Amino acid sequence: MEILSLLGQGFATSLMPLNIGIVIVGVTLGLFIGAMPGLGSVNGVAIVLPLTFIVPPASAIIFLAALYYGAMYGGAISSILLGIPGSSTAVATTFDGRPMAQQGKAGLALIAAAGASFVGGTISVILFTLFAAPLADLALKFGPAENFALVLLAFTTFVGLGGDDTLKTIVMICLGLVLSTVGLDLITGQPRMVFFDMPGFYAGISFLVLAIGVYGIGEVLWTLEKSRVAPTVTTAKVTYSELRSAFRTLARTWKTMSVGSVLGFFVGMLPAAGATPASLMAYGIAKSTSKDPDSFGKGNIEGVVAPETANNAASTGSLLPMLSLGIPGSPTTALLLGGMVMWGLTPGPMLFAEQADFVWGLISSLYTANLAAVLINLALIPLFVWALKTPFSVLCTVVLVLCIVGGFAPDQRMHDVWLIFVFGIVGYLLRKADYPMAPLVLALVLGPVMEQSFRQALIAAQGDVTTFVTRPLSGTFVALAAVFFLLPLLSKLRKARQVTAS
Amino acid sequence: MIKSVMKPESLIALALMGFSAYLMWHATVLPIGWDGARGPGGGAFPFWLSMIMFVASSGIFLRSVLAGVRPADLTPFFEPGMLGQVLAVVLALGVTILLMPILGAYVAIPLFMLWYLRFFGRNGWTVSLSLTLITPVVLFFFFEVALLILLPKGITEPLFFPLYAMFF
Amino acid sequence: MEKNLTRRSVFGLAAAASLALAVPAQASDWQPNRPVEMVIMAGQGGGADRLARLFQSIIQQERLARMPFMPVNKGGGSGAEGLRYLKDNHGNPTIIMATLNSYFTTPIQTDLGVDIEEFTPLARMAVDTFALWVNADSGIETLDQYIEAVKAADGAWRMGGTGSGQEDSLVTALLEREFGIRHTYVPMGGGGEVATQLAGGHIDSTVNNPSEAISLWQAGRVRPIALLTPERLESMPGVPTFAELGTPLEYYMQRSFVAPGGLTEEQQTYYIDLLRALSETEVWRNYAAEQALMTDFIYGDELQAYFLSEREMHRELLASIE
Repeated sequence: MEILSLLGQGFATSLMPLNIGIVIVGVTLGLFIGAMPGLGSVNGVAIVLPLTFIVPPASAIIFLAALYYGAMYGGAISSILLGIPGSSTAVATTFDGRPMAQQGKAGLALIAAAGASFVGGTISVILFTLFAAPLADLALKFGPAENFALVLLAFTTFVGLGGDDTLKTIVMICLGLVLSTVGLDLITGQPRMVFFDMPGFYAGISFLVLAIGVYGIGEVLWTLEKSRVAPTVTTAKVTYSELRSAFRTLARTWKTMSVGSVLGFFVGMLPAAGATPASLMAYGIAKSTSKDPDSFGKGNIEGVVAPETANNAASTGSLLPMLSLGIPGSPTTALLLGGMVMWGLTPGPMLFAEQADFVWGLISSLYTANLAAVLINLALIPLFVWALKTPFSVLCTVVLVLCIVGGFAPDQRMHDVWLIFVFGIVGYLLRKADYPMAPLVLALVLGPVMEQSFRQALIAAQGDVTTFVTRPLSGTFVALAAVFFLLPLLSKLRKARQVTAS
Repeated sequence: MIKSVMKPESLIALALMGFSAYLMWHATVLPIGWDGARGPGGGAFPFWLSMIMFVASSGIFLRSVLAGVRPADLTPFFEPGMLGQVLAVVLALGVTILLMPILGAYVAIPLFMLWYLRFFGRNGWTVSLSLTLITPVVLFFFFEVALLILLPKGITEPLFFPLYAMFF
Repeated sequence: MEKNLTRRSVFGLAAAASLALAVPAQASDWQPNRPVEMVIMAGQGGGADRLARLFQSIIQQERLARMPFMPVNKGGGSGAEGLRYLKDNHGNPTIIMATLNSYFTTPIQTDLGVDIEEFTPLARMAVDTFALWVNADSGIETLDQYIEAVKAADGAWRMGGTGSGQEDSLVTALLEREFGIRHTYVPMGGGGEVATQLAGGHIDSTVNNPSEAISLWQAGRVRPIALLTPERLESMPGVPTFAELGTPLEYYMQRSFVAPGGLTEEQQTYYIDLLRALSETEVWRNYAAEQALMTDFIYGDELQAYFLSEREMHRELLASIE
């Protein structure tokens, strides 16, 4: 009851006219930042944080929440329209979102992404409201061994993703993992894989650089070459009746959405995991439990819904350890944490008791921001779809410029722009030879956590490998990983048997 | 046999074999073994993964060579007549990136856009010029003014001093 | 004609005089004419990053500078990336860098071709303190109990900290040298992660900065054993120092600003004045007190001397570990 009255107060604050205005500005700005390849919520929050010391804290929090949600929704937009994931959390959205757009169903894909994000956001905020305090302890249960097992699990849900050629999939996974080791070895403190002794490699290879190169430049070159044979004209428009049928289609995916939301929330809560593994796992689960797994990757709406519910739920989930333990789970929450300290709030277990009005004010602004984000997003969809109608050469120019500038912006290094260029050309050639790109990109995202937690766990256990299976949580994950690894193989076997039987 | 080695499939596999060997060599800077009490060394992860990559790409190479030349291999790797277009865009992009730190993003990017839109994409002058002129303005306000991210200016830096004074 | 000439020359003289007067006044008033890049020698979200972004917002809020300061993270290779960037931008007066102790250790450990003596020292804003922490369920309350427990574990005691060769591992080495004990050092990503892992019992002890673990202490999950400071800290009531317990161990994390080499004295003075104004703001004072930071402001040559002596200290420390 007390929670409800506190929430009510929070809503009263966030529904004041000034604050509604702030939400609209925040969400719209966030949408554009998120839709920009290379920029994500972290950039938006970093820029806006200093401004929040000027306005009253309550409005500041609402603004940040709005921006955060806006950017999360925005990530899906470039994934679907351009095929370039706006942030690592939106990689999985490209798998089916892009094919949908190419089939002229961009509007449906965008509506699905927005609706799914809304559901994911809402379910996770409700979970947050109900179980915030007891769940915080769960995050503490995750040591290096558990983190490794979790990443392993995230990886195995993707075994089926690579396509038909197993050898090529193995090559790409290994390449991604090796590229993820470039830079400094945390454990020994020594630099490694610094090619040609270029200082740019000290910082490692960022996921965004690879994704923008492969999906942005690679895609443009690919389409350019094919443009004579099959000009990609995407005729998509959004009408009212289409909108209604889109929502009906969306409603049919309720199972995927609920799994995605709950999974996203829990995985997002874990500091080492976060929204990227969450969205990947949700996609993997949706695919492996689907009746028609082969349609995934070819424009199945569930392939958009699953990662989008999960990544939004995870972003809410990652706020939980930040508020209740003072642990940032992502760069964005780390910035928010810094902001709270500057506002004179001490995040940690005492925050819920001592600053209850702040906590519930934040939670109620999450509800408001989520609702505003879905409405604004839906209102802008016709505009985005219309943008797809621009002539091919204009679209290509804009995408290439966005790739260059978006690749430069996060760390402001020309080195990254050159890498994007190289990855673009190499990715284009490899794709022509039927090498799958998704495993490469995923391996680069998950590789660092995987290697580090593996080695940390072994050091802590004095080199005893059984630590991964003897610890209850980690053992469970390893067992699950084994199941997920074998599942696609089993179904293939079964299919093969059916074929021979008939 | 020679012909099937020269297939794009075989050549790409060969290149990947070479690259993984290079990666293996790079990884040996740090220990690649397994220290009993501390687990794998700093070079172990990249080394053994590169090794697997080498083995897998060798497999692709052998498979492709042994398969010989099939009818499917006779279709050209690149769409006929389109390779020139792709190369032109790659070259233009490379030049643009090269010019960015020298002439600045606000010269290099419009030059690229003008070339692509007008001469490569054959759009009308109105479309080409208006996009070429609007983009830098949008970039400036979005990145520099709103997000405080400075794009490279090179020798054009002094031209921006009055703009900085106006907007910051 | 003659009159004319005189008048003109008088006019010219006056103009020259006013110019002569104006030039030095303007020069000491050197101001950046473009936004200033504030390079951070560490990644996003860490302690150094949070501090630099706090400075940025104070500068903006209190209108201390005409041009905005823009944080840019160049933390690759334990700050090697930032150091190289500063060296490559010799003479550029619109770049400053927020440093931490990797400013000393990274050039010693990695061959970067960077000599920190060539950079322009600006000002030291604060030094962060260290403490020894254990999990609250361990039952350890005093330093003696700690040493006993570590000895009993026979090298299997898990000490968590930041990457190898960075501050936490140096403090651990100091402890080992001083008390003749052995830890299994588990390197992790950042201070926040280390504190959480301790609270979750995945490691047995840490040497976190107070700011990273205070909230977990208040929640009764971790416990400080002793401080590596000369005196007790107000924000850490009831926690003894190592010196009190008979072993004068001290180690600090410095938070300073430097600029590339080749800056003029006016440019250096501009930044020092700015940072001094910053260090006197109320926001900063409050923040420093809460986070147990020590805030002796030193700048210019004095700071350079401090850097060089710290570098020697770290060189010896690193040599003694290997």
